[in-house]
Amino acid sequence: MDTSSEKVMDLKTAVARFVPDGAHISIGGFTCNRNPMAAVYEIIRQRKTGLHLYAHSNGQGVDELVGAGCVARVEIAYAGTGRFAPTCIRFRKAVENGTIAVEDYSNYQMTLRFLAGAMGVPFLPTRSALGTDIIRRWGFSEALRRSNPRLPNEKLVVMDNPFGGWAETDRVVLVPAIRPDVTLLHVQKAGRDGTARIEGLTFADVEQAKAARHVIVTCEDLADAGELRAHPHLNQLPGILLDAVVHVPHGAYPTACYRYYDYDPAFLNDYRTAATDDERYTRYLRDWIFEPSDHREQHARIPEGRLAAIQADPHTGYAKGLKR
Amino acid sequence: MPGYNARELMAIAAARKINDGEIVFCGTGISMLAAMAAKHICAPNSIIIFETGAIDSQLEEIPMAVGDSRVMLGASSNSGLADSFALMQNRTTGRHVVGILGAAQIDLFGNLNSTVVGDYDRPSVRFAGSGGAADVASFVDRTLIFMQHERRKFVSNVDYLTSPGWLDGPDGRRKAGLPGNGPAAVISNLAVMGFDDATREMFLEAYFPGVTPQAVLDNMEFTVDLSRARELEPPTERELRILREIVDPQRLILGG
Repeated sequence: MDTSSEKVMDLKTAVARFVPDGAHISIGGFTCNRNPMAAVYEIIRQRKTGLHLYAHSNGQGVDELVGAGCVARVEIAYAGTGRFAPTCIRFRKAVENGTIAVEDYSNYQMTLRFLAGAMGVPFLPTRSALGTDIIRRWGFSEALRRSNPRLPNEKLVVMDNPFGGWAETDRVVLVPAIRPDVTLLHVQKAGRDGTARIEGLTFADVEQAKAARHVIVTCEDLADAGELRAHPHLNQLPGILLDAVVHVPHGAYPTACYRYYDYDPAFLNDYRTAATDDERYTRYLRDWIFEPSDHREQHARIPEGRLAAIQADPHTGYAKGLKR
Repeated sequence: MPGYNARELMAIAAARKINDGEIVFCGTGISMLAAMAAKHICAPNSIIIFETGAIDSQLEEIPMAVGDSRVMLGASSNSGLADSFALMQNRTTGRHVVGILGAAQIDLFGNLNSTVVGDYDRPSVRFAGSGGAADVASFVDRTLIFMQHERRKFVSNVDYLTSPGWLDGPDGRRKAGLPGNGPAAVISNLAVMGFDDATREMFLEAYFPGVTPQAVLDNMEFTVDLSRARELEPPTERELRILREIVDPQRLILGG
């Protein structure tokens, strides 16, 4: 939170200021859409380590943060990038090799957990996943939970409906609130004051932002705050929630940004090839993330014609007939 | 009779199971084909929803994932996960939702694993995880499940129970506190399986043309009742034309 009217800064500064090693972070978007990729790449470039990552179905961003070794623990519902990687490849390797700790939830449970954090309550009830191993099996040990004050003592708690059988419900499972240090989002439009507008599906971005202590937003257009405030019903995030606004056109690339560009199938297919082999992946990290000093230099490496191919059609919001 | 492949028959077999007026929850892949095909084949008043928050999408191109911008096209409303999952469980709309799911493993009672193969603490294979599958399987009244028919996938015990089917039998869901009903059918590349009204155990409802009931059993770790089995009606020219020309002309999911 920051009530000042000037939040604009560069990405290096924002990440350095709000994402220390070991921070509890969450990233917005869903699978191959509107992941805050420029911010993810900057986190990797600054070689952050020991991050605790909260995600519902944040595909590409999760895989790159895990693949670069920034993440120690992840609480997640789904790690996949659609047809490009039905299971995120570096995530899968890290779990199978035991290099990250994973706690599994469902998408709705994660959504409610962010909402609980946003509301300032310790938990919310649902009936999701009753009777399953999501409730029975813990990925984080009891010892870790008891010794780490940033983690709730229990993964989930099942209890009888305290209102008797009200609303035809005998039993509920309580999901604990998530309270990230920082949430990173990429949106279509934001003002210098932090007022932010998401076009199309919001996924769980709004709950994720409101649950966090700090919020970094990258945007396609740095809009005039007055213009955004002329239509406040179209804005999802009030300016006070944001700590940093960073103008990063194509900041979700290689994932999609509705009405601006599609995901880049060529990139995501190449990524899959690189991710399956450790040596190739090391080269990928060097060439695509570490050698370029910032987003601008990185994007100068995108092959000619690729951004034009994924440019969104104004009527559909995606690239019609894109070779996928 | 026209030629067709197993994926085409799976999509059509699932589409035929969608009732007019139902709200169809779609996952990725072949379930989208089934939902889109159903609107043209048998359920013109069905609507398609996605967990990402797109309600009544008017799909023109096949989305590659439920987060694909293509799911937003012409939707009646686009919001987020919280709204979409609420729609699946509230008392007005929840009872009309049919969920289409897939998994790596399934057992006799239709419980699904999409999390790990092997021990959860040190898995030999890690999958993507529940996503919205456990939510949908918990909340809605009817689910259809797509599976590849292999012994290692139709197993006596799932390695990890991600999404609840009928749990341990007729009373399993009620005892656990789950609303609604478990799976209605499993559609594989060999057969369509139903679930017995009394025992909630899987049974062979129909085998694909050219497949024998024994071949179906040979590809499962557990045994199912065959007494009600018949040969599945092959796809009609019209059904195939809808699938190939309207639903997936780029053959993104139907494949070469």
